[in-house]
Amino acid sequence: MMLLEMFSWPFMQRALIAGVLVSLCAALLGVSLVLKRYSMIGDGLSHVSFGALAIAVALGITPLYFSIPVVILAAFFLLRAADNPNRSNDAAIAALSAASLAIGILVISRTSGMTTDVDSYMFGSVLAMTWADVALSVVLCAAVLTMFILFYHKIFAVTFDESFSRATGLHVNRYNTLLAILTALTIVLGMRMMGAMLISSLIIFPALTAMRLFRSFRNVVLCAAVMSVVCFCAGLIISFVYSTPVGATVVAADLAVFLAACAARLLRR
Amino acid sequence: MEPHELIVCRDVSLGYEGQTVLSHLDLTIRDGDYLCIVGDNGSGKSTLLRGLLGLLTPQSGEILRAPELQRGAVGYLPQQTRAQRDFPATVFEVALSGCLNQKGTRFFYTRAQKSQALMNLGKLGVLEWKDKSYRELSGGQQQRVLLARALCAAGRLLILDEPITGLDPAAAQDLYKTLTYLNQKEGMAIVMVTHDLGPALHSARTVLHIGQRGMFLGTVADYLASPQGRRFREVAP
Repeated sequence: MMLLEMFSWPFMQRALIAGVLVSLCAALLGVSLVLKRYSMIGDGLSHVSFGALAIAVALGITPLYFSIPVVILAAFFLLRAADNPNRSNDAAIAALSAASLAIGILVISRTSGMTTDVDSYMFGSVLAMTWADVALSVVLCAAVLTMFILFYHKIFAVTFDESFSRATGLHVNRYNTLLAILTALTIVLGMRMMGAMLISSLIIFPALTAMRLFRSFRNVVLCAAVMSVVCFCAGLIISFVYSTPVGATVVAADLAVFLAACAARLLRR
Repeated sequence: MEPHELIVCRDVSLGYEGQTVLSHLDLTIRDGDYLCIVGDNGSGKSTLLRGLLGLLTPQSGEILRAPELQRGAVGYLPQQTRAQRDFPATVFEVALSGCLNQKGTRFFYTRAQKSQALMNLGKLGVLEWKDKSYRELSGGQQQRVLLARALCAAGRLLILDEPITGLDPAAAQDLYKTLTYLNQKEGMAIVMVTHDLGPALHSARTVLHIGQRGMFLGTVADYLASPQGRRFREVAP
């Protein structure tokens, strides 16, 4: 069968395992981020991780070991900017995104030159994952899932109403930080395959789709998770069959499902 | 602190980053009180609420809070944010999140907490919508759900921040009735910030007015006779 043949390639196996796990984590975190109006943070972080990746390659360090701390640091910064009512936080995020992108491109042009590498960082490549990356993905995704399940009710409370949660003694900042760290990890892991420009859609689309279809928070979370994994698998298979870039194909699949959900909602009215 | 005292403020000054918004306030909130905090915009009403909730440390003086309040057993009704109005969650999920402060180190809700949430939804007359989505409710209905959540979290004190903002007059009237019921029948102490003075003064027992021209703290009748309250005499009973 064609599917069996497709997944007999080791690079496809790696892409499937890492991709499914990353899309699952992205969808879970995405529901909370979108509802908290933090969607732009995902986008900002993906640009930062592009810059970090470029520097890591230039310095000859394993990209993940360098990107992860840098992106977590950026996540702290962006979260603080977003929570500060006195500053224009969208400007802070936009400035950070553009700056990281520029630094990344400068570093690449001075070292390896603007080659296909840049293209693969920007828009992802199905060949980018090594078995070591996959192993790290499995560990980190297991951590994200455990955290999410254990703190589900607290994440709901903090997402729904920070003032109330704070007044009733919940450590809101702690949970926001947890959310930021988990998001940073997910973005770094997913970026190689999906591309810096496209990874944030993995966070945003499933949540938007699920919010159009379901009324309860629990169902929105479950639907986003399922939707995200299904879209990823569909995108991966289509990209193999038609030799299209995997990141863009997955995003296209997410977009198609999102539009279908919008249509379904209009029809139901 | 006496056992029937919930919050005691002694010569408290509150503010942010060196700027004092509110100074030298003495205030005691006891069991069963019904206090209305009024004042012009920017006079420090919200700052005071943050202080009462323990989210802001006073610049000078002290705010003593009963031990249960320090554990987070306070029914707080914050102002609604725009993001909240179209939040995908059921009424039950929202009300249940009020029980979170009793969970301690456990990760999931107990059956007792679930029935407590249902009971409080019933008390506020919104039990029939428990599986409805919060975003499909009207402003007044949403406010009732948030009040049910506050009751889940509350021990003896409810703190409300501009609860009737965005409600139509009928829904506001309903909310005041509910608050009076909770205060008189359930003995819940109520502290409310509002600028809708007329109806609030009908139900409240004491008034705290904060403004540029001095502070006033006393009964509703005294308030209406005071220089600060004279403006509002026409709305009095």
